[in-house]
Amino acid sequence: MTSFVARRDVAILALVFAALCAVPFAAPGYKTSLATEMLIFAILAMSIDVLSGYAGRTSLGHGAIFGIAAYVVLYTVTVAGGRPWTGALLGLLAATAAAVVFALLAIRTSGVYFLLITLALGMIVWGICLRWTSVTGGENGLRGSVRPEWIASPAAFYWFVLATTGAMAFGLWRFVHSPFGLTLRGIRESESRMRALGYDVSLHLFVGFVVSGFFAGAAGVLYAFFNSFASPATVSLAQSVEALLMVLVGGVGTLVGSFVGSIAIISLENFVSFHTERWPMVLGLVFIATMIFAPEGLVGRARLVLARHSPRNP
Amino acid sequence: MTHVSMLAFNALNGVTFAALLFVVASGFTLIFGLMRIVNLAHGALYLVGGYVGLTVATKTGSFLAGAATAAVAIAILGFLTDTCLLRFVRGYELRQVLLALGVALVLNDAALVVWGGDTFTVPVPAVLQGPLQLGGIAYPRYRLFVLAVGLLIFAGLWFLLHRTRLGALIRAGVDDLEMVDAMGVDIKRVFIYTFMFGSALAGLGGTLGGAFLSLYPSADVEILVFSLAVVIIGGRGSLAGAGVGSLLVGMLATFGQVWFPELAYFVIFGPMAILLAFRPLGLFGRAA
Repeated sequence: MTSFVARRDVAILALVFAALCAVPFAAPGYKTSLATEMLIFAILAMSIDVLSGYAGRTSLGHGAIFGIAAYVVLYTVTVAGGRPWTGALLGLLAATAAAVVFALLAIRTSGVYFLLITLALGMIVWGICLRWTSVTGGENGLRGSVRPEWIASPAAFYWFVLATTGAMAFGLWRFVHSPFGLTLRGIRESESRMRALGYDVSLHLFVGFVVSGFFAGAAGVLYAFFNSFASPATVSLAQSVEALLMVLVGGVGTLVGSFVGSIAIISLENFVSFHTERWPMVLGLVFIATMIFAPEGLVGRARLVLARHSPRNP
Repeated sequence: MTHVSMLAFNALNGVTFAALLFVVASGFTLIFGLMRIVNLAHGALYLVGGYVGLTVATKTGSFLAGAATAAVAIAILGFLTDTCLLRFVRGYELRQVLLALGVALVLNDAALVVWGGDTFTVPVPAVLQGPLQLGGIAYPRYRLFVLAVGLLIFAGLWFLLHRTRLGALIRAGVDDLEMVDAMGVDIKRVFIYTFMFGSALAGLGGTLGGAFLSLYPSADVEILVFSLAVVIIGGRGSLAGAGVGSLLVGMLATFGQVWFPELAYFVIFGPMAILLAFRPLGLFGRAA
């Protein structure tokens, strides 16, 4: 039975992947770039979900880690004159290093305090990006085409992002289902029990945070390639908030929910921005509605409904 | 200006900014301490309070009327937020925080619709305008007035918390909520009073701050982050903590701005992040 389910899931995934590959043919131009953006933000949302859904630590600082990577890529290529891949590598390194610092300070806390310290750390990054004008360009930010030659066309870049996202989603899926991921879930359920069982809780949380930060950084590198621009808004609280909302709308602790949330929020943003300037208000209302009516998110809700109607669990 | 008087001038700036921070953050820490709600909408309440104070003070020509209206209006807004929205997620810490974040986004955008994106300054009465000669330096009267208000509110809050029944209930609630509830106290009513009172302080702070820091669309996030720093440093629900935290953050922010303008943010939040890592509950915080 399980192998049948697994085979069915693989078939569905293969179909979805094939459909996604066809996007640049079916919907060229603006829609392809929109799809690219959705994939990039799905990676960022997944990186938050690893911590939030599996380790029970909700972060409001991932937008900053994401933005650091974007800044470093743009700085390396446009200011220092490096090659795009050097920039990408340095961006990943910088984001991971930032995640190490964030993790060292944040893992001792949990619950709201974790949220607050990651928020504050994110604000430090934002403040530095805004004020350290000589390096970050201040409010004007950094601008420049940093995408490597062979993925310069929108379609090629889309496929590149799709392949990267697929690989990363698989990597994260393996990560959360590994014994390590199970330990994280154990820590989420009961930190004291895991400690009593002899697990090094701090070390697990540290590694979990750094892995999560690495993926947020990868999203940031892709975003720099995609957007060719980074400003304080890229590292702002709003960035973290929007990515966290994607996780919440999709469903915390599901990974696949990050894709659902990213598609839902970016579509909504696109739709709302077309008709009115009131996007922040809509974003706020979505936040409120999600918290009151569907705190388990779309995927979580769907799973609950399916479980209720499944013949095996009447 | 000599070096010493420059230093004194900046120190006064730090203290008066700390007084404003205290007004805003004391409301924030009361709500956080008693209700376990990190009200991320507190900054938005400050901003809307400032705008309300601005409108009323401009229309009536009375700063006092502006400040009073702002406090009452924001108390009502807080009451509505609590009874219409936060009630549904009572007891879920994280969902409360995120819901409050949504409220903050909505309020900020609504304020942008009503008052626009320009920078405003709340008009102050003639008595409070201009400088006052203090030893060798001329210092703005208004900022000294804010300092006085901050001290007054500190004294008032101390009296409320330590000399009244409501205060005793709030302190008991901060320490052990279930026990207070089990003793037959209507803790829900205490909750509502606290939330309204904390919000009123945000509204008052908005009017006070709107007259020297001015009001603009991103002022809410800035004051919120400062208040967060105050509460994180001082500890949840502690009046003394809010006082010491405000003073530290006010001084660090002012001198950081002067000495390391490019790293000003780091100067405030660096020490805070390190403190939080080693004393997660803050200087005066106690475990729940």
